[in-house]
Amino acid sequence: MNIQIKKFEELNKIVPVLVYQRSIDESSIVVSHENVLLSLYCLKQHIGYQYNLLTCISGVDFLGKEYRFSVVYDLLSLNYNTRLKVKLFVNEVTTVPSSINVFINANWWEREIWDLYGIYFYNHTDLRRILTDYGFEGNPMKKDFPLSGFSELRYDDSKKRIVAEPLELTQEFRSFTFETPW
Amino acid sequence: MLLKKKELSRELKNFTINFGPQHPAAHGVLRLILELDGEVVTRADPHIGLLHRGTEKLIEYKTYIQALPYFDRLDYVSMMSQEHTYSLAVEKLGGVKIPRRAQIIRVLFAEITRILNHLLAVGCHAMDVGAMTPFLWAFEEREKLMEFYERVSGARMHAAYIRPGGVSLDLPLGFLDDLYLFANQFNLRLDEIEEMLTGNRIWKERLVDVGVVSSKKAIDWGFSGVMLRGSGIPWDLRKTQPYEIYSELEFSVPVGNSGDCYDRYLIRVEEMRQSLNLIQQSLTLLDVGPIKSSNYKLNPPYRSEMKNSMEAVIHHFKLYTEGIVLPFGETYTATEAPKGEFGVYLISNNTEKPYRCKIKAPGFGHLQALNEMSKGHMIADVVTIIGTQDIVFGEVDR
Repeated sequence: MNIQIKKFEELNKIVPVLVYQRSIDESSIVVSHENVLLSLYCLKQHIGYQYNLLTCISGVDFLGKEYRFSVVYDLLSLNYNTRLKVKLFVNEVTTVPSSINVFINANWWEREIWDLYGIYFYNHTDLRRILTDYGFEGNPMKKDFPLSGFSELRYDDSKKRIVAEPLELTQEFRSFTFETPW
Repeated sequence: MLLKKKELSRELKNFTINFGPQHPAAHGVLRLILELDGEVVTRADPHIGLLHRGTEKLIEYKTYIQALPYFDRLDYVSMMSQEHTYSLAVEKLGGVKIPRRAQIIRVLFAEITRILNHLLAVGCHAMDVGAMTPFLWAFEEREKLMEFYERVSGARMHAAYIRPGGVSLDLPLGFLDDLYLFANQFNLRLDEIEEMLTGNRIWKERLVDVGVVSSKKAIDWGFSGVMLRGSGIPWDLRKTQPYEIYSELEFSVPVGNSGDCYDRYLIRVEEMRQSLNLIQQSLTLLDVGPIKSSNYKLNPPYRSEMKNSMEAVIHHFKLYTEGIVLPFGETYTATEAPKGEFGVYLISNNTEKPYRCKIKAPGFGHLQALNEMSKGHMIADVVTIIGTQDIVFGEVDR
């Protein structure tokens, strides 16, 4: 256990770490988007860390911040039994290098983020939409995308097929926020 | 001119077929674009998202308590395992310890769920491959297990029983006796299923050396659970990163050595036996005590208390109107769900709603390796491989 903590602080010797973060008992590092491939590769190959399994990549939208999107790589080291989150922050126009060449299973996770957040991964071999419908427009997980979406589908009996129409709601979506913390 | 004709005929040999989205062996709504060279698969391109319900988006608009039932509906054959992961994540952010009885009840149900899932996995796998009988036997046993679900929560499948801070209700009278009886007879049912399959020549012909994944490939593809263990890597989060009371329990982690579908089948059967063992051990550890934490900011007070205490009534009202407020923080919590590592990446921002709830579903990671696993196999083996990956679209599409 002791070795791990020391190692976590030594990370900046091999990876260009911008910020260390520690939330409860989980550690994460922030790297710049230019350095992310290098960082992932070093963390994967370095004998002292061996973060050789990419668990998942998640996107987060911090609407209103200067760097709006965050991409979080969850790494797992089977040999040392530790987890590490590698984060990067980008704005709407910055692209992120695809980590397919480091972790092959980044493929679908990056497609998912491209689909749901619209973060572009360059050098990705097959960046198609994955979770949303064929022909869907917009990035539904963005914080400024409404929960109800923009269109609704129904079966048209005369056309004998499903048609998409602009959404019509009889009541606005209501969000109840409470101002009295308890 | 002659040369061109030759090329043309070669191109015609490869053809593309559409598998699914409505296919009994696709385990739900999987659409596969298969490129075939005769009967040999050269490329498999899974199109997913046909069951996408936007769970992660919906959770951002719900309170922490309201978000819980969505987890039942992700992987709809291992419901409580996912509630469990989410509850652990919320507890971690809230810094709550839960009472021991609640931990043991959670382990009991996590293992019941594991059996529930593996029965379906093995049963449906057998049916996809052509054996009908084990499927029917497995479903009879599943029915008994779902009855246990029903007795504690009122619902056969979408239980919402494991909640942040403990479990929602205490076990009903006579429940443990029946669970004990079940645990005693289930080994024999497993033997019967194994008798039909394990030594069966057809079953072996269809499974042995199909969908082989080397241990290096398994790590590269980010596999977890049975898919990782089948390739010879002894990795089980219950052992390596124990939660609840798993560190006190004795069980072994079955590991395969050839990484094919048959190994994974054997592992699933052995895991069911280990789960039975775990259930029996947990039954002996179970003691009387509270079943949820006494922190009223997280758990509703007991009914009996609400009859006498104004404070309790206020807490109950605030909890069900406003919900739990978690301080700023983030966590990636993972547990060993029956299908593999199920993780929840939860970001809280000092409000009653999660800022972000990313769901790491094991099936998503496994399905993207389908192309590589099925390459070079016959078209009928694709069904075997989908079966062995134990795909459920509720969690893949989210």
